Amino acid sequence: MPSQPLGWKIATVAEIRDETSDVKSFSLLVPQWQTHRPGQHVDVRLTAADGYQAQRSYSIASAPGPDGRVDLTVERIAEGEVSPYFHDVLVTGDEVEVRGPIGGYFVWEPSFGGPLLLIAGGSGVVPLMAILRERAGVDAPVSATLMYSSRTWDDVIYRDELEQLAANEDGLRVLHTLTRAQPPGWTGFARRIDRPMLEEALGGIGPQPLTYICGPTLLVEAAANGLVELGVDAGRIRTERFGPTS
Amino acid sequence: MTDRFVSRGFAGRRRDADADRAGRIPPGQYLTDGFPVLSAGPTPQIPIDQWEFTIEGLVRAPVRWSWEQFLALPARDWTVDISCVTKWTKLDTRWHGVSIDDLLAAVELDPRAQFVTAYSYGGYSTNLPLSDVLNNLAFVAYQYDGAPLEPAHGGPARLVVPHLYFWKSAKWVRGLRLIEHDVPGFWESLGYHNRGDPWREERYSGD
Repeated sequence: MPSQPLGWKIATVAEIRDETSDVKSFSLLVPQWQTHRPGQHVDVRLTAADGYQAQRSYSIASAPGPDGRVDLTVERIAEGEVSPYFHDVLVTGDEVEVRGPIGGYFVWEPSFGGPLLLIAGGSGVVPLMAILRERAGVDAPVSATLMYSSRTWDDVIYRDELEQLAANEDGLRVLHTLTRAQPPGWTGFARRIDRPMLEEALGGIGPQPLTYICGPTLLVEAAANGLVELGVDAGRIRTERFGPTS
Repeated sequence: MTDRFVSRGFAGRRRDADADRAGRIPPGQYLTDGFPVLSAGPTPQIPIDQWEFTIEGLVRAPVRWSWEQFLALPARDWTVDISCVTKWTKLDTRWHGVSIDDLLAAVELDPRAQFVTAYSYGGYSTNLPLSDVLNNLAFVAYQYDGAPLEPAHGGPARLVVPHLYFWKSAKWVRGLRLIEHDVPGFWESLGYHNRGDPWREERYSGD
């Protein structure tokens, strides 16, 4: 099956936004960008003057659009190689090489329907945010629940936007769990994702949601196995087990 | 043009001083000491008394082993470097299992057999030229680092094809199907390269 090579393209950094103390979003303008599907990722390549190169994969956070704009949300890994470059070196107007979009399974399109159960741990929320942005952007009549595990309230990526999306009252429910520390008066969950929490999520959207789970291995295993035990068809559950990418 | 691109202000992490080690890292990969887990869906739970492994397709007679029978097959230790298409490479991973040569010795191959589909509990599959699994290039492992292979890493047993990207090393493998004409597997049907040689950086279709 010969096909067109997925070539490297030189993208320009159009905007950089702080999401949390160690997470930033980067809007890239990519020439001749082939529209992506929510859930896909890109490969990023950095090249030193002596020719040394480093590559990483980053999930796309933005919904597909017509303008060749691709948002990546990158968590800074202290001992990493590419994420510190993104955080500490890149400024607006810089260029980075990217290729993509990549990935054909952990994707959602409005035609797939729902209801949607999205389960995220930490920066695993990024590809799920692309799904939620697409759902909101096209007014997809699909009910959705996001169950999102973070360490603390300050570590919640896209916190304000998630609150705004949930306030639209269009069938999106956002359930946070904060595993390390909770603000005063916290009424949400305060532990790792477990079976009662999954039951609560299913209670809102029915027994066979189309499910996307992304996060650290332990979270993905607990959530996916828990849902299968609760009767969700394994074929309805798609997983992406990226830890943070250094 | 693209190959002249230089990232402003990027020096890269200090290169590994050990040239031998560095020479074992394929292009675009980085070393990890961890063992990341990647898979497309839930981890299948396979009761060991129901587990079986089958060789079928273009063979004179299919053969099937139970878990006990499989453990009785000639097995050996393997120490291999592995590379995942998501960019990590792990050196000197230690496995215990049965070579594909020894498994195929139990069947009589039809000379038309040129390709293999490895298929798994949970529905995963991947395709390989027969030549990529013969001559001690591939094995079915049931121990990792001296312990039973964990379910998240493909236990009870997984295929290991260390010279290709690790998606070819099908987790939860339950059989090999010998075929005449190549049939793309799960990831090979979803934009990933049909062969997946890390040294040629065959990551995606068209690379």
